[in-house]
Amino acid sequence: MSWLTEFVRPKIRTLLGRKDVPENLWHQCPACQQMIFQRDLEANLKVCMHCGHHMRATARERLNWTFDEGAYTLIDMPRVPQDPLRFRDQKRYSDRLKEARDKTKLDDAILVAHGQIGGHKAVVAAMDFNFMAGSMGAAVGEGIVAAARLAVLQKAPFIIYTSSGGARMQEGAISLMQMPRSIIATQMVKEAGLPFLVVLTDPTTGGVTASFAMLGDIQIAEPGALIGFAGARVIEQTVREKLPEGFQRSEYLYEHGIVDMIVNRAEMRATITRLIDMLVPPPAVVTEPPAPPPAANELATV
Amino acid sequence: MRNFLDFEKPLAELESKIDELRRMPGPEGLSIADEVSRLSEKADRQLRTLYAKLTPWQKTQVARHPDRPRALAYIAGLITDFMPLGGDRAFAEDAAIVGGLGRFRERPVMVLGTEKGTDTESRIKHNFGSARPEGYRKVRRLMELAGRYHLPILSFIDTSGAYPGIDAEARGQAEAIARSIEAGLAAPVPFVATVIGEGGSGGAIALGAADRVLMLEHSIYSVISPEGCASILWRDAASASVAAEALRLTADDLRRFDLVDAVIPEPLGGAHRAPDVMIASVGDALETALAPLLGQAPEALKARRREKFLAMGREGLS
Repeated sequence: MSWLTEFVRPKIRTLLGRKDVPENLWHQCPACQQMIFQRDLEANLKVCMHCGHHMRATARERLNWTFDEGAYTLIDMPRVPQDPLRFRDQKRYSDRLKEARDKTKLDDAILVAHGQIGGHKAVVAAMDFNFMAGSMGAAVGEGIVAAARLAVLQKAPFIIYTSSGGARMQEGAISLMQMPRSIIATQMVKEAGLPFLVVLTDPTTGGVTASFAMLGDIQIAEPGALIGFAGARVIEQTVREKLPEGFQRSEYLYEHGIVDMIVNRAEMRATITRLIDMLVPPPAVVTEPPAPPPAANELATV
Repeated sequence: MRNFLDFEKPLAELESKIDELRRMPGPEGLSIADEVSRLSEKADRQLRTLYAKLTPWQKTQVARHPDRPRALAYIAGLITDFMPLGGDRAFAEDAAIVGGLGRFRERPVMVLGTEKGTDTESRIKHNFGSARPEGYRKVRRLMELAGRYHLPILSFIDTSGAYPGIDAEARGQAEAIARSIEAGLAAPVPFVATVIGEGGSGGAIALGAADRVLMLEHSIYSVISPEGCASILWRDAASASVAAEALRLTADDLRRFDLVDAVIPEPLGGAHRAPDVMIASVGDALETALAPLLGQAPEALKARRREKFLAMGREGLS
C-alpha cells in the first residue's frame, strides 16, 4: 500500500461520501491504460481519446449511434426453442441464458431495428458480445432471417454490426445450421436488389465470420478489431509458430484484401449514409425514356 | 493387422486368439475347428452387443477409425469414369478437397469430397482432410460448373474441420467457407451430401448445404469437436466423452432434430469391417435420395432447399 491509498483516499471518501462515487465513474483504457472519465468516453462513442482504441459497444449503443437522431423501432424477435438439447456443462445452458438475460437485459445476442439513416429507410441488426460472447444459436440466426425479411418488405438496405465468438456450442448442430440459415438471409436481401452492409467489430470469429459476416456487398471493419475464423490458440498449437504481429486484426484483413475499408467509429454513420446514398437510387426519380437510336443514314453523315 | 479402438479391447483379444488357433498346425485339427467356431460366435455376439449401444464418444472414435472408408473409396466404388478436376484458379490446388466429373449409375454428376487419406503418405498429401481457402474455393467453382451443365452434385463429408493455419487466415478461410455454403444453397441442380465419417463444423457444412443430407450410422456431425468443446466448457480436454454426449452429435440425434434427412445403417462393427457392403448401400441410398430431385425445376429446387434450412431448429427436443 502506498501513502496515497492509505492517507489521501480515505480523506476524499469522507469528504464526498462513499455512495456519491460510482464504481464506473472512471474507465481505464485497456490499450493505453489511461484513465478516462466515463461520461467523456461515452460522448466519444467509447473510443479512447488518448490512443484511439475502439472499445466494445453494446447492441443498444450501436443502434443509438447509427440511426438518425438515435431514433428507431426494435422488432420483436421470433420465438425459438430454449435449450433444445438440454445442454449442461459445468452449468446448465438454461441457467447461462438466464444469467445473460439478467446481465444484459437482452433476450439474446442480437437486436434488430428499423428506422432512418441519412433520410433513407434502413434495417439494422446489432450483435452484443456481452450476451454469451455474442454466440450464434437459433435465436441469433432467426433474428438475422427476420431482419432480412423486414428489409425485403420495406425495400430497405440491411446493415449488420457483428460481434461474436462464433457458434453457440450449447445448441450443438442446431447452431451449425445457423450458418446456412443466415446465408439464406443475405441471399434474400441481395436478390431483392438491396444493399447488405457488414460492419465487423471486435471480436468477430468462428462460425459467424464463416457465414453471413463475410458476405456483405461492402465489408467495413472498425480499427483494431479481431476478425478471423480459427482462434489464435488453436492456430498456434497447430502450426507451432508464433503468430505475426497484428494477426487477424482489421488492418491485417485489409492488407490481405478481405475487407473494403477500415472506418473509425466517429465516421461510421456518415460512411454508411454515403454508401446507402450511392447504392440506393432515390425512390421518386422517373427516368426519361431513352432517345430513339439515330437512323442509319444519320450515322453515315456524322 | 486390424486396428482396434480402446473400447474394443476384449474383442481384440478374442480375435487374436482365433487367429492364433487358426494358424496352429496339429493333428487334433477337429477340436481346434470347434474351438475356433465357438470363439468366433462369441466374438460375433460381443461385437453385436458392443455396437448395439455405442456411446456418442465411442461413435466419435468409430467415425474417426483409421481404416474407415474415405471419400475416395466411395468415389472409386460408386463413380465410374471419374475425372478429377483441380485448383481454385486463384492460388492453388488443395488435395484436402477431391472433386471432379464422373458417372453415378450412368448419369453424369459432379462429385466433391473432403479426403483424409488412408496411410501416412496420403494423409499428409490430403492434409488429413482439413482444407484451406483454395479448397473451399474449388468447391464453389465446381458447384457453379455443375449448375451450368445441369449436373447433380454428390458430396462426401469426412473432415475434422477447416485447417486452422496462418496462411489459411491470410487468404480468407472464413470467406471461402461462407461462399462455399452460399454456392451450395444457390446450386440450380439436385445436391445430395453424405457424412461418411466426421462432419466437423464449418469445414463440413461447406459441402453440406444440400437438398438431402445423409449420415452413416456411426458418423458424427458437430459444431465443434468434443475435445474442443471440453477444453472450452469443462476447461479440460479429457472431458471429451462428456462433451460428446452433451453435443448430441450422432446420426440418430441429427435425424431426431430433423437436421439430416436419413441415416444409412452400417455393417456390424462399423463401415471399416465391410467397406464394400457399406459403399454399396451408400450407393443405393444416394439413388433413393436423388431420384425425386431429378427433373425438378431449378427454381423450385432452390426454394425447397431454402425452406428446409429455414425450418431447421425451430423445434427442440420434446
